[in-house]
Amino acid sequence: MANVAMPADKIEPSFFEVSTNKHKGILSWLLTVDHKRIGLLYLYTMMTFFAIAVFFGFLIRLELLTPGKTIVGAQTYNQLFTLHGIIMIFLFIIPGLPAVFGNFFLPIMIGAKDVIFPRLNLLSWYLFISGGIIAAVSIFLPGGPADTGWMFYIPYSVRTNTNVFPALIAAFLLGFSSILTGLNFITTIHRMRAPGMTWFKMPLFTWSLYATGWVQILATPIIGITLVLVMVERFFGVGIFDPALGGDPVLYQHLFWIYSHPAVYIMILPAMGVVSEIIPVFARRTIFGYKFIAFSSLAIALFGSLVWAHHMFTAGMSDTAQFVFSFLTFAVSIPSAIKVFNWVSTMYKGSIQPDPPFLYVLSFIFQFAIGGFTGLMLGALSVNIHLTDTSFVVAHFHYVMFGGTGFGIFAAMHYWFPKMYGRMYNMKVATWAWAIVTIGYNTLYFPMFIMGYLGMPRRYYDYLPQFQVYHVISTVGSWILIAGLIMMFTNLVIGMRRGSLAPKNPWGGVTLEWQTQSPPIMENFHTIPEINKGPYDYSEYEVVIAKEAK
Amino acid sequence: MSDHHNHEQAHVVEYGKYIFVWISLLAFTGITVSVAGINFGNWTIVIALLIASVKSWYVLNYFMHLKYEDVVFKVFIFVALLTLGIFIALTFIDYSFVR
Amino acid sequence: MSSSTQAHVVHRDDYGSRMGMWLFLFTELLLFGGLFIIYAVYRFVHQQEFHMAAQELNTTIGMVNTIILLTSSMTAAMSITAMQKGNTRFSMALIIVTILFAFAFMVNKYFEWSAKIHHGIFPGGKELLAKPEGEILYFGLYYVMTGLHALHVIVGVTIFLFILAFIRTGTIHQHAYVKLENAALYWHLVDLIWIFLFPLFYLIH
Repeated sequence: MANVAMPADKIEPSFFEVSTNKHKGILSWLLTVDHKRIGLLYLYTMMTFFAIAVFFGFLIRLELLTPGKTIVGAQTYNQLFTLHGIIMIFLFIIPGLPAVFGNFFLPIMIGAKDVIFPRLNLLSWYLFISGGIIAAVSIFLPGGPADTGWMFYIPYSVRTNTNVFPALIAAFLLGFSSILTGLNFITTIHRMRAPGMTWFKMPLFTWSLYATGWVQILATPIIGITLVLVMVERFFGVGIFDPALGGDPVLYQHLFWIYSHPAVYIMILPAMGVVSEIIPVFARRTIFGYKFIAFSSLAIALFGSLVWAHHMFTAGMSDTAQFVFSFLTFAVSIPSAIKVFNWVSTMYKGSIQPDPPFLYVLSFIFQFAIGGFTGLMLGALSVNIHLTDTSFVVAHFHYVMFGGTGFGIFAAMHYWFPKMYGRMYNMKVATWAWAIVTIGYNTLYFPMFIMGYLGMPRRYYDYLPQFQVYHVISTVGSWILIAGLIMMFTNLVIGMRRGSLAPKNPWGGVTLEWQTQSPPIMENFHTIPEINKGPYDYSEYEVVIAKEAK
Repeated sequence: MSDHHNHEQAHVVEYGKYIFVWISLLAFTGITVSVAGINFGNWTIVIALLIASVKSWYVLNYFMHLKYEDVVFKVFIFVALLTLGIFIALTFIDYSFVR
Repeated sequence: MSSSTQAHVVHRDDYGSRMGMWLFLFTELLLFGGLFIIYAVYRFVHQQEFHMAAQELNTTIGMVNTIILLTSSMTAAMSITAMQKGNTRFSMALIIVTILFAFAFMVNKYFEWSAKIHHGIFPGGKELLAKPEGEILYFGLYYVMTGLHALHVIVGVTIFLFILAFIRTGTIHQHAYVKLENAALYWHLVDLIWIFLFPLFYLIH
């Protein structure tokens, strides 16, 4: 690691030193209304939950190393994958990019001093942390954590004696947190753009947050009420979905997926926004098809709300519904494909800088493409009958949610790190970590496509001997992945504390955040900037590029 | 943002207008109750929802000031209602046909 | 690490505040919307039984409650006009009237529910479970939807109590009343939901 003395552009106390309140120490953080601090609060708590969920994943893979019982019994296995799913989905991937990087960077990127409702922003974080704590506590209550799977399908979720109720409350609180964040971002984007920043001069990450915000506001309440109905059914026997009382369990599935499918667009849209930010910088070219990408975000948000029942093709719907939803599922792939074409076109004849943010973006494109294609396979009715509830599905959604959004989060971390902390991480170590993570990731998940296709069911802790070879490869992949993740995070944490000082604009980006100091001052800007050119215009800008010698 | 935004919503709706809207709402309530006794078969619910929608239109536009707000708010409402409508319609595609 | 504070300059943005409130109202619309989806499906599937079950509800009380809420919406809207004109005391009076109407609504609801419960028509109740499936579903939805609505009435009253306090302390006044507008918006939503609940539960003949 080279210890090159970096020109430090930091000349004023940053938001780390200047608080929005009169408290000191941890209290000044817990009562902050500074969007940057709130973003970091989310980051640290979220990464804790991520680590816990990774650990559960590790245990799952360990159990699947051999057929039959390896380390845990059947019910514990059910609880493991339930918790893994709940934590990953509600505490990591859905809040993920909006809560951390949206909070930190949205105001800066539009030239504002904060979001429009700063105290509501803090409330969002408290709702998040409350949900997380309740979910964590449910693990230790008598009866153990829920074993229903993260989908809480009726009637089992009403019958089981495990702690479903805390899990439902946690999910409800997290949904509320998500709603308030979306509401805050949409209003902020409408009202607080700097003078001259028209809608079409906004960065694409901002566009993605805008589209995501609408999904958060309009879709999340549906799961809110659905989860409340499960609670009501457990406690008061209201029986709206209970077949014994005339209810229809398939209707529960409809309501559940009316939110949970759009939820995956809450997950992926900001990640696509991050990719749209990173590629122009590291290819040194303006983004290809800015308006197409902006509108495709809105189109994905809209069309993504129309396809939910593709999770229910074997549940017992009418044939007409099957046809319609299958058709719509194929249609929603089009705007996503447009984005991939635009990203690749941006790189064409560009001057590529293969730094860690860009490397993670490359992995994203590769993995998201696989995830997308396999999604289309699952969208075909005849194929779905064979592949549904197999490992194929598990691989598909991990490729889009983890290989896609997860890697998008890693890319964002490596891209914006120097701005957030004013320091740089070791790029060589980061590159190695990226390679190990990517190899480990694909070794872990790709075999699941094959074994799923061959018939291995999902959520089974026991299996026929012919599947073992795939399980072993996959489990070894999980170990490689975890080693890579540890390396990646350790490198970042060391960089936070001891990395060399980073300048304002280490990557040569042109969006507004790169014009502030690293780390930013509390109000982001002394004077609100006036915008007169697009967000990816490299024509006149002089870049000061400083990076560690490789 | 300059402060003149704070005084833009100076449009005052007079008491009389509210009273007029209220009377209309009462009238529509009366209509919907008396019409409920008539057998329209499958159209009963359509008529009931239609009258409820008219009442909502009054509440939204006058009591909630939507009529006097920026067009952005009207687009927002349209998007929200469209979304709910889509959810209902697509769910019915399952239930309206033989399962 | 030392912390010093700097003045956090905030420009008031009433338009933005109202926009945020409308967005929140959409979440409430979709929250109840989920229940309306369920209602729609089950009514479609159990048309006869919904019709039968609805006979048990008292249309008169339902209509009275509808009139109560519509009137309270009017008084809430008028309280804004009063504030805009600087008639602070009249504004407060109108808000108090709104709250009183809300109480009347809740009293009616209490009598309605207790009558039903007394007759064993409640989730898990013997009389209800003896009925056909469609009727059980109808009453399940009845309790959940009117119950959730009643919860929102209580929240609305609480919000108005805070508004009264804000007016007393001068936080809300003739030239700064967006909180009052937002509170009224919430109340109108409560009214809107009931405008649909009423015909759907009480007027199926």
